[in-house]
Amino acid sequence: MRFLVKDNYLFPQKGSDSLPISQISTIPQPCINSNFPYNPDLQLLLTGKQLLLDDLPFPLEEIQHHYENGYITYRKGIEYIKNYPVCCRCGNKAENWFASFPCSRCGEVCIYCRKCLMMGRISACTPLIGWNGPTLEHHLPERILEWNGQLSQGQQAASNRVVEAVGNMTELLVWAVCGAGKTEVLFAGIEAALAACKRVCIATPRTDVVLELTPRLKAAFPGITVASLYGGSEDRHLYAPLTIATTHQLLRFYHAFDTVILDEVDAFPYTVEESLQYAAVQARKRDSAMIYLTATPNEKWQRECRTGKRAFTTIPARFHRHPLPVPHFTWCGNWQKQLKKDKLPANVIHWVKERLQNRKQALLFFPHIALMEKALPILRTFAPDIEAVHAEDPNRKEKVQKMRNKTIPLLLTTTILERGVTFPNIDVAVVGAEDDIFTESALVQIAGRAGRSKDFPDGVVTFFHYGKTEAMCKARKQIITMNQEGVKRGLIDL
Amino acid sequence: MILFLQPHCLICHGVIQPPISWNSIFSEEKELHICPTCEGKFEKLEGEKCRICSRLFQFLEERFRHEDLCHDCVRWEKNLEWKGYLDSNTSVFLYNDFFKEVMATYKFRGDYVLARIFAESIKDLLRRLNPDLLVPIPLSNERLYERGFNQAEALVIESGFVPSNLITRIHSEKQSKKSRTERIHIPQVFQIGDYADIRGKEILLVDDIYTTGSTLRHAAKLLKESGAKRVQSLTLAR
Repeated sequence: MRFLVKDNYLFPQKGSDSLPISQISTIPQPCINSNFPYNPDLQLLLTGKQLLLDDLPFPLEEIQHHYENGYITYRKGIEYIKNYPVCCRCGNKAENWFASFPCSRCGEVCIYCRKCLMMGRISACTPLIGWNGPTLEHHLPERILEWNGQLSQGQQAASNRVVEAVGNMTELLVWAVCGAGKTEVLFAGIEAALAACKRVCIATPRTDVVLELTPRLKAAFPGITVASLYGGSEDRHLYAPLTIATTHQLLRFYHAFDTVILDEVDAFPYTVEESLQYAAVQARKRDSAMIYLTATPNEKWQRECRTGKRAFTTIPARFHRHPLPVPHFTWCGNWQKQLKKDKLPANVIHWVKERLQNRKQALLFFPHIALMEKALPILRTFAPDIEAVHAEDPNRKEKVQKMRNKTIPLLLTTTILERGVTFPNIDVAVVGAEDDIFTESALVQIAGRAGRSKDFPDGVVTFFHYGKTEAMCKARKQIITMNQEGVKRGLIDL
Repeated sequence: MILFLQPHCLICHGVIQPPISWNSIFSEEKELHICPTCEGKFEKLEGEKCRICSRLFQFLEERFRHEDLCHDCVRWEKNLEWKGYLDSNTSVFLYNDFFKEVMATYKFRGDYVLARIFAESIKDLLRRLNPDLLVPIPLSNERLYERGFNQAEALVIESGFVPSNLITRIHSEKQSKKSRTERIHIPQVFQIGDYADIRGKEILLVDDIYTTGSTLRHAAKLLKESGAKRVQSLTLAR
């Protein structure tokens, strides 16, 4: 759409003296008129948000009215920095993620962002609408946190640090091993933030995690409204003091949260996709706390921790006080070549047969779908009910459930099951651990699938490889270091 | 620095590995818009089809086929109010789940650039059909503003042709929310701009999908009544 700049105001208007919003150099922001009877529904919808006009079920006149009285902000959807477009919602600036079209809204050839297209198209003439009026106040129940569990010693130490970071509005990395019980570590920090009338968001890259966390947090904070946001969720417009969202959904927020907790920082797509990193920064207020949670920080972050450039705390041991299973490396030759001849390395077959005989369930990771599907019929000759699962498998959920119900003896999988899923008593093997897809963090996560339950704290982890990689060695080293630290801090019983 | 910008697939965003063959070395390179994997998910309409609407007979129960016509077209042609207006429809792809998904991104999410995927197919067809005028099915002003562009017109433009916007739409509700009977029994939804251009012309209507054929027949009727000699249609999917 086009706007006319006049007397330090913007007016939506067609015609030659108006411009698409991104061509207006600075956008005037009128002062708040405190006598203006603003619409509380608009306030509820827009507080801490950046939405498109199409998202707002209010007429343009009403929105313009709020703008003229200082209650609404218009921002450019796309900015030009040194003549290159940047999407203001998702931060995209890669040329191949933009396209242009003859736009009927502004009557010009309009550039648009393809990266965040699924959240409504942002083009050069699209204004991002935000709220500039008074913020909403929460009603607090008498008791905020209703959780009577007991934190482990390691959890307690981390929990204290989280509370501190929330209070001081600083950044903190919580580096907790797989199975340490990360969620409980957050409770006290969230409680402290809510008690101070702060708005909290937990963001994670995966919808599964949002769905899993929501009931747990609702139970822990029964008197608090919890918004659960993922693609297609019903809470899209719900204003809540506690929000659990996929990192994608953060794109709709702007300067909204006093505390942002980013879960699984290392997981795809957060580190991969700059835009989500950008979204997290946009969603937090200027003065706010940022808590990063991960079991496997990337190399850069690990280095920053070691050199004292990043505030962090570790939980080096699982809540059940047993050490993490350390992976064994086993050379298996050119397994891909063998697979082409419909064979698997003898030691892999031996490993599988052993598990089948002892009736111990196991996960077998493969680097690629095609290779995994080649291996499936070979392994099925030993047990016909072996299954394989990958990201696009329509029966993914059913197969995982069957594994939980112990009706599958062995599940072949790609990296999709590397994190998030817990089977109580399993062994784990990787076939082709040398593949690039198995990064240090992926391997630590995979190893972290074993020995999760307190009844079965041990599990065998084997990396079958055709040449050791740095990632494999680093993953093993990380696990050993964590175990040592756990022993040193008295968090592991020997 | 990247010296050669690798083409990315417009649909899955992966890098396209251009096939290397003698042909690709010696002939002028075609611009690659999608990767072979995505390309493979489109199904071309091949096999015995209805003479008028291009519906494939292989997915149609035998009792709905009447010689070289499908049951729907027989019904249209029996009706004196509609008989003979739409001479024929040509479609390129089968309306499968993948097409549906791509079309949703194109049309409803407004990913204009996806029109380029279909440019080659449309060019080929137009060479064969060779009409005098290309008339995209118009959107109402309200819908046009909402979407930002007309998806049918974009197909014509991105194939390198010039559309003739001869008809306009009187605003009505979304087609996709109506049943077949509702669609057929609506009063004329189009009106015509300039009569003089149409007399004696061979017109090709362009739209994204042929569903019941009612939109196209409404437009065809109007054009024929205004003097068009022949009205055919081109739709991406059937």
